[in-house]
Amino acid sequence: MVSRDWTKLTFDLGKYQIFPFCGFMIAVQHVSKHYGHHTALDDVTFHVKKGEILAFLGPNGAGKTTTMRILTCFMPQSEGTATVAGFDCLDRPMDVKRHLGYLPEIPPLYPELTVDEYLTFVGRLKRLTPQRLAARKTHVIDQVGLGSVHHRVIGHLSKGYRQRVGLAQALIHDPPVLILDEPTVGLDPKQIIEIRELIKSLAGSHTIILSTHILPEAMATCDRVVIIHEGRIVAEDAPDRLSSRLRQSEKMSLTVKQPQPDWLERLRTLPGVLDVLPSGKPNTCTIDCELGRDLREKLAQFVVNQKYGLLELKPLSLSLEEVFLQLTHQEENAGMDKSGHPDSRGQSSRSEQAPA
Amino acid sequence: MTPFRTILAKELRCFFVSPVLYVVGAVFLFISGLIAHLMTVNAGQQAVRFLQVQNTYAQLNVNELVFRSLFYSLDFVLMFLLPILTMRLFAEERKLHTFELLLTSPVGINELISAKYISVLFIYLGLLSLTVLTPLILSLYTSFHWQPILTGYVALALQGGLFLACGLLASATTENQVIAAFLSFGMILLIWLLGGLGSLLGDTTIGNVLSSMSFSEHYDRLVRGLLEAKDIVYYLSGTVLLLFIAHRVVDSHRWS
Repeated sequence: MVSRDWTKLTFDLGKYQIFPFCGFMIAVQHVSKHYGHHTALDDVTFHVKKGEILAFLGPNGAGKTTTMRILTCFMPQSEGTATVAGFDCLDRPMDVKRHLGYLPEIPPLYPELTVDEYLTFVGRLKRLTPQRLAARKTHVIDQVGLGSVHHRVIGHLSKGYRQRVGLAQALIHDPPVLILDEPTVGLDPKQIIEIRELIKSLAGSHTIILSTHILPEAMATCDRVVIIHEGRIVAEDAPDRLSSRLRQSEKMSLTVKQPQPDWLERLRTLPGVLDVLPSGKPNTCTIDCELGRDLREKLAQFVVNQKYGLLELKPLSLSLEEVFLQLTHQEENAGMDKSGHPDSRGQSSRSEQAPA
Repeated sequence: MTPFRTILAKELRCFFVSPVLYVVGAVFLFISGLIAHLMTVNAGQQAVRFLQVQNTYAQLNVNELVFRSLFYSLDFVLMFLLPILTMRLFAEERKLHTFELLLTSPVGINELISAKYISVLFIYLGLLSLTVLTPLILSLYTSFHWQPILTGYVALALQGGLFLACGLLASATTENQVIAAFLSFGMILLIWLLGGLGSLLGDTTIGNVLSSMSFSEHYDRLVRGLLEAKDIVYYLSGTVLLLFIAHRVVDSHRWS
């Protein structure tokens, strides 16, 4: 089944199109968005493979929602191209809209309708047939855990349930692409875990972009993280790779039983050790080592020889939170360096080490 | 079910579950009933006076004495009430952020606007049809010509349609319902006052153009029983123009 749009070399596979050669469900290339003189997005490029979960991470006002609105055809970009499921957002918005489910930051709900009526309304808007709508509605209500409230008026529901109705609305037509703007905002911890599990269970069959400023959430749910700051992408990688890539020195935490008064100075003299700092806890210090040198063995040997009484020695890795702070902070200091590949940037400024 | 019918059904449902329709409907029907009553009593008093002076039963012109005044008064009432009906159409969608849902669903702006307009037009025509009770009851006691009443209702329907289009346009420009209501009231008043400005300028080209742009001249002809194509064209084209501008306004939100 070959589509009519020969220029893009796309093929119909099942019910939606994918690029046969690269398999990207979402492709954003050199997209910029200007509001008058203000630039909300500046030359943003990223791709999402089929079945992948991508987290969009950034401080408020970084351009997350703008990107999502461009992908959902809610607003057009100023420059560049964005395609979803093989359809261009500017040329074929109707096809794009048919293939995606969108949960905006504030769930779009009608307080005077019941959950059932609302989902029926949305399902019809998405052009589901009556039989399919009935089946999907039962499935989605079960999926997001709305079974106990499906006959209630939305205006009387709690914030957590409203958020779930919003999610149900995005899922009702079983779209291959899901775009979720802060899907776990306003939920209690148990619900957050449930929704994360739900999102994870949707991966594989669905391609998902979610935005968040809760970093552990990105860690927990996503295959890949895009960190966006002031309209530009500052880093893009898997969550664990991102933190290791940004490490400018190996960090160790050392806890001993009976330190001598000058133990920090003596540790500092060891080859390969850049700095030793006392950490908040008693008899514990943080050791900065040169990158690529595993000093654990030597350190342990030294501590044992000096009879400090070794209790604990462990490498510290950067949490995503630190990565995020570091990246956005560096970005500000780097000024207008546009080439900005995170690799070079990570190595360039050694002084800006995030506190461990 | 097409998106057009889905939105239409949802809009009608929202009208019937919100108190606004009931308040506006009650006020409209009460005032129109009261005016009809006052006009009828007034006509009766004139008949009695006629009887005292001339000592004969006179055939009073009920069309002239009751219905024309009724139609003119209703026109005025609609100016105030219809903006209340239309104010929520788009302003509420934007306030609730459901505008994003509608614009990211496979629904065209044409379908959106026409569904919303037709829903409120249905509601208005429903209310208007209830006022038909007045001529029906009067026809039991006296005789009059039905044709001018028919054209009068055509005038009210067209006039209301124009006001509703004004209201829809105003609602599309803001997310505040009160502002939407005042804006549409202002627009209606402005169109009305164009006629006054036109007659002030007298029988000049600009004067005539301005008078024709106002609805008062067209409404007047229809209420007097003159069914002319130019008046119907005036109303229909005005309504379509306002809805077209509303379409552009809704579309422009995406670009702002």
